[in-house]
Amino acid sequence: MAGPNSLYGPIDPAPDAGYTDAPPRMGFFTDTSVCIGCKACEVACKEWNAVPDDGFNLLGMSYDNTGGLSANTWRHVAFIEQAAPSPAAMDVLREAESTVSTQFLGMPSSTLPGANGREDRDLRWLMMSNVCKHCTHAACLDVCPTGSLFRTEFGTVVVQEDICNGCGYCIPACPYGVIDRREDDGRAWKCTLCYDRIGEGMTPACAQACPTQSIQYGELDELRERAAGRVEVLHQRGVTEARLYGHDPDDGVGGDGAFFLLLDEPEVYGLPPDPVVTTRDLPSMWKHAGVAALSMVAAAAVAFLGRRP
Amino acid sequence: MAEAHPVGFQWVMEAKKRGATVIHVDPRFTRTSAVADEFVPLRVGSDIAFLGGVINYILSNELDFREYVVSYTNAATLVTEGFQDTEDLGGLFSGYHPETGTYDPVTWQYEGHEEFAQSHEDAHVHRETGAGIQHEAHGPPVSGSVERDETLQDPRCVYQVLKRHYARYTPEVVERVCGVPPEQFQKVCEAWTRNSGRERTTALVYSVGWTQHTVGVQYIRAGAIIQLLLGNMGRPGGGIMALRGHASIQGSTDIPTLFNLLPGYLPMPHFKQHETFDMWAEAIRHLGQKGFWAYARCYAVSLLKAYFGEHATEENDWGYGWLPRLTGDHGTYQQVFNMIDGKIKGYFLLGQNPAVGSAHGRAQRLGMANLDWLVVRDLYMIESATFWKDSPEIETGEIVTEDCRTEVFFLPAASHVEKEGTFTQTQRMLQWREKALDPPQDCRSELWFFYHLGRLVRERLAASTLERDEPVKRLAWSYPTSGQHNEPDAESVLKEINGYDVATGAPLSGFTQLQADGSTACGCWIYSGVFADGVNQAARRKPGQEQSWVAPEWGWVWPANRRILYNRASADPQGVPWSEKKAYVWWDPEKGEWTGHDVPDFEKTKDPSFRPAPGTIGVDGLAGDDAFIMQGDGKGWLYAPAGLIDGPMPTHYEPAESPLRNPLYSQQANPVRKVYDRPDNQLNPAPPERHSEVFPYVFTTSRLTEHHTAGGMSRQLAYLSELQPAMFVEVSPALAEERGLEHMGWAHVITGRAAIEARVLVTARLRPLRLDGRVIHQIWLPYHWGGSGLITGDSANDLFGITLDPNVLIQESKVGTCDIRAGRRPTGPALLDYVADYLRRARLDATHYAPLETPGAGESDGRT
Amino acid sequence: MTKPDQAPQKGGRRGGGKGDRVMVPPAEFRSYYGRPVVKAPVWTHDIAAYFFTGGLAAGSALVAAGADLTKRPALRTTGRLTALAAIVASTYFLVVDLGRPSRFLNMLRVAKPTSPMSMGTWVFSGFSAAAGLAAVAEAAPYLPRRGALGLAARALPTAGRAGGLAAAALAPAMATYTAVLISDTATPAWHAAYPRLPFVFAGSALASGGAAGLIGAPTAQAGPARTLAVAGAALELAATHGVEHRMGLLSEPYRTGRAGKLLRAARVLTAAGAVGALLGSRSRTVSALAGGALLAGSLATRLGVFEAGKASAEDPKYTVVPQRERLGSL
Repeated sequence: MAGPNSLYGPIDPAPDAGYTDAPPRMGFFTDTSVCIGCKACEVACKEWNAVPDDGFNLLGMSYDNTGGLSANTWRHVAFIEQAAPSPAAMDVLREAESTVSTQFLGMPSSTLPGANGREDRDLRWLMMSNVCKHCTHAACLDVCPTGSLFRTEFGTVVVQEDICNGCGYCIPACPYGVIDRREDDGRAWKCTLCYDRIGEGMTPACAQACPTQSIQYGELDELRERAAGRVEVLHQRGVTEARLYGHDPDDGVGGDGAFFLLLDEPEVYGLPPDPVVTTRDLPSMWKHAGVAALSMVAAAAVAFLGRRP
Repeated sequence: MAEAHPVGFQWVMEAKKRGATVIHVDPRFTRTSAVADEFVPLRVGSDIAFLGGVINYILSNELDFREYVVSYTNAATLVTEGFQDTEDLGGLFSGYHPETGTYDPVTWQYEGHEEFAQSHEDAHVHRETGAGIQHEAHGPPVSGSVERDETLQDPRCVYQVLKRHYARYTPEVVERVCGVPPEQFQKVCEAWTRNSGRERTTALVYSVGWTQHTVGVQYIRAGAIIQLLLGNMGRPGGGIMALRGHASIQGSTDIPTLFNLLPGYLPMPHFKQHETFDMWAEAIRHLGQKGFWAYARCYAVSLLKAYFGEHATEENDWGYGWLPRLTGDHGTYQQVFNMIDGKIKGYFLLGQNPAVGSAHGRAQRLGMANLDWLVVRDLYMIESATFWKDSPEIETGEIVTEDCRTEVFFLPAASHVEKEGTFTQTQRMLQWREKALDPPQDCRSELWFFYHLGRLVRERLAASTLERDEPVKRLAWSYPTSGQHNEPDAESVLKEINGYDVATGAPLSGFTQLQADGSTACGCWIYSGVFADGVNQAARRKPGQEQSWVAPEWGWVWPANRRILYNRASADPQGVPWSEKKAYVWWDPEKGEWTGHDVPDFEKTKDPSFRPAPGTIGVDGLAGDDAFIMQGDGKGWLYAPAGLIDGPMPTHYEPAESPLRNPLYSQQANPVRKVYDRPDNQLNPAPPERHSEVFPYVFTTSRLTEHHTAGGMSRQLAYLSELQPAMFVEVSPALAEERGLEHMGWAHVITGRAAIEARVLVTARLRPLRLDGRVIHQIWLPYHWGGSGLITGDSANDLFGITLDPNVLIQESKVGTCDIRAGRRPTGPALLDYVADYLRRARLDATHYAPLETPGAGESDGRT
Repeated sequence: MTKPDQAPQKGGRRGGGKGDRVMVPPAEFRSYYGRPVVKAPVWTHDIAAYFFTGGLAAGSALVAAGADLTKRPALRTTGRLTALAAIVASTYFLVVDLGRPSRFLNMLRVAKPTSPMSMGTWVFSGFSAAAGLAAVAEAAPYLPRRGALGLAARALPTAGRAGGLAAAALAPAMATYTAVLISDTATPAWHAAYPRLPFVFAGSALASGGAAGLIGAPTAQAGPARTLAVAGAALELAATHGVEHRMGLLSEPYRTGRAGKLLRAARVLTAAGAVGALLGSRSRTVSALAGGALLAGSLATRLGVFEAGKASAEDPKYTVVPQRERLGSL
């Protein structure tokens, strides 16, 4: 532990982890407003990192058939179909609600039956390439009992697969549901931010493959500036719903190394709206445990000392 | 575009980032629509009505780029007095011959050019041989001297003809035909016209689904008319780009894999029309034309010298007699029927998977099952190599493995990274590819295969005295080889394509050096210059920031490394750029030559004010403002007096299969479409034929980003298969309700050819359209699935019948009618009965086929 | 920004099943197709079983040490042997739940204060060694008096006492660290319960340790075990009640589904065991039955807590709604 903010609060993670002369913190800025859902990032990631496929399952979640980040999917493109119904469509809907008992037939997030023709022109199809956030305060790393997860000099978080013993603790620790255990392998896997590439000065595979620069890789400070500018531009163009996610060093995880520009609430993309690193509360947890432990000692003392045989 | 060309789409996103407005017109809300500023859904197959509406908007508001239009297009040219429009004849142009279903285009000609016209018998031959595609590099025959009215007031000038033709394509008609509301249509028109003119240009980008209609060529013609009217051709940021479905589709028409072309768009000789070398060469040259086709003889002789080397001499007409001849329709679909009928014995398939990728999959498979032998070269054991054991026809009993007579030879192919060569992309740019690694095991390149096949065949025939073996024996077939497998040197082939001096072997620097005396050989005249100075120009990779914004030193573009064709039009008639912002090439009066950022597409020293003496032909006949130098009259064609089989101007016809009666004309569908009326090719009825209600829905197909065409390159890869693992069909919530379809449940789609099953995706991205008070439901299917690979499913292309565009013989495989039902389809022989029942209900019984000419067409029908 | 009545694109429970009405479901929250936001623990019931055996070992070690100091040999033996058995079982449960059991020892590569599992591993190791020594000491009476073994037999009681006391010193940590371990996750129902779970686990450990004493020792010696069992049960019941009712939405997973069933069973068993322990002070049979009920109750509590955590992770509601409330925008 290097400082008072080591568990929570703004910090530069690499020096905090003990690196001297660490290079600038590197990260991803994923701008979903220009994502075209081509999934090149998913494929490039798997190709480079030799990640196995995730099985062939039609999920019916728009064009998402891998479902989410997992041990075998380190970049994942979410697809959300939204038909924001106009007032007219809402009227139709209320009418239907009160009179008809039609089945709901569409995929979740689909539009409303009856809202066809001109009413549903406000159709939105959101796409977003999700990835490990490489948190400033990474719960997965904090809770790892073997030291398999470590902080790199670039401020990223990487699993050493030769150390990991598959205890699985990192998996529920992650507030974003990123890291996962691979079934046939038993170990935990997640995005490495292409540690083996960035060390050589190369761009991570996903960012390299992204045709529209939805995924941008670079120095985190610079990316944050760029992202703020992009939000401003979008707001000027009337895209008022554009907002950043994970960019703020004051948030519950101390800011993400991989942050996003979203066009709707985070939970719509399957992201937690206000993630907090669980280890923020660790000192308090131990305190409570200590009190509980003392109460055990006290109970034992009373039980035995209170009545001599 | 985002869906099928995500890499190219980065430039659209880049433009959007800089403030561009992106409008997407598509039947279905796709990944492109998702990032577009405006999504305009329209009915499949109604594009000409839509584009015609744009033309009408431009003309009726006089928004055309008048100076450009008058100088560089044929707007001012007069048309014959005899010409009658579809507006007068219920949807037919003048000259229709019902007995052959073709036009005699004599009345379509320019004033005084009637003698140039082909007969309707010629039109028949042209349709059989897909002659329209020869016009890719040059206009069809017209004379250079024309009558013009530059005030555009003469009622017979092209401008006025065009204006009358499209006068009825009002926003209200667009709404009735396409389902696009007038206010939204207005937005598109305004955006397109506002972004065109002196200071701005608009590019029209289409994907090749546009070509897959019975009026496919006319779709693109309609786009071309708009681009010409708005002055968007021959200028930077303008043009019309076709996004192809594969790498180097442009290359495979330049050096064709088509039955009717030779390299450089020289026509494949026809046994009757081109009996002798002179007849052939003159037919290419089109006596009396202006422009560069006057040198056709040089290109033709040099090609024959490349083919036959020393054996090609003036005495034997350069070996012209050894070239094969067309005798009619040898197109891919005719061949399929010939296979079914037992007329074809052997077949080569290279990088093509017709069992999945071509229309009417069942006919494709039944055809291939009736051969003596079939050679399949592909990366994987695709469906076209395994149909004899696992096609849907095995299940129905139509193919019995033990009885299937076809012997299939599967030869594994090297992939594009395992061989060297060039790709030619949509901008005609050749880019050399290095080989990244050796192909594994028995996989070999195409070049290796053809070279050694030719070598072995020639060895076998060396002692033959048969006349028919002469062509093969006389071929110049010598290329250096290297390595363990004797791989031919691809650069040596490129050198031959570039052309060389026969005496010295020195590479030519361009097609202007080609001679008609046998002193030069050239494999493809338009590619001449790609090996100029003995350097592989296609391999150039100078970074953009190290050269001008035109980047002439990246790769090589035909012709003559010219990046924009007809770029003379980027300057005004006097040779001055239309605007500083859009300056590209211009006339330098001091030096007395054309100069600029690109290679000028004009004679270098021809003054803008130059006017040829009347009657001058060839290059000398081009005036200083004849920017469209390959056209017979030097002008861009708003109106095509010749060359098109189905009319001089695009006209809205319904697709061959449509639930709607044509709202504009008595004539229902393209009256000269190429049909194959056979019991095994039943087309669903369309009005005014009865029983179209049996197939009430419109369906279309296209690609998913995650897969590649027939799936041979994607369904074998786990990383792609997992992204779209199963065949599905997209329907709107309203249609789902109507047919009781459940999201993620099964449904099957039925046409007169097949019934296929798929999982259901109920999505608001598809929406019913309201047309003329009637709700039209559209269904969308991807066409990537078949029976082999990691993931399998029914093939959407099985649903289509075979009807072709008459100009280029491309099938209508982007629109059809169907029924859709919940649940899985029947299996085994019951499937055949099931489809037969639909045929019975639609009264499709092989005794009656819809006539090409709709009864009532051909006369003024007062439908205005 | 999204007002509930404009948000038909709900996650939650809206599927495509038959009979669903066309309606905008109540706009509690939004999600990505109802998929979980956080990953549920990959652990199986082995881990819940370990929580129980670990607690039992800790409670038994306390009982054994107390019995040793207060000269209740039968109770001491029971405690020590129960602790040993529970440790053996614990080791088994811990190792089999690893993805790579062969790498179990990697746990001992580092000692990492931010990882409750790392801390717990060291506590468990120390505790096991000490409790194991104490249990081995119980073999002293059965060893020959002479020779090397005789030497051991003479040294063992002292060593056993030292081991027993060391084990007892570590026992409270052993019993409660597992509560910290599961609280220190993003699993909503676990993390929210971090102030309460240590008391649930402490009570449960005492109850089970006491229960083992009730079963294994004659009533004459089992008095303190009875007291501990009842006190532990009371603590367990009270703390669990807090978990089930004092955490708002995040109490819900503890009351519903499999977790709800298990915790209701735990309540009945633990309460019955406590009453039995109080009433059965003169009957070995009643005491043993009560002990059995308490052990079963303790096991059910651990399984219930485990299930509640899993359920809370699998439903995005438990992740999204509390966070939204925290942001003040729901």
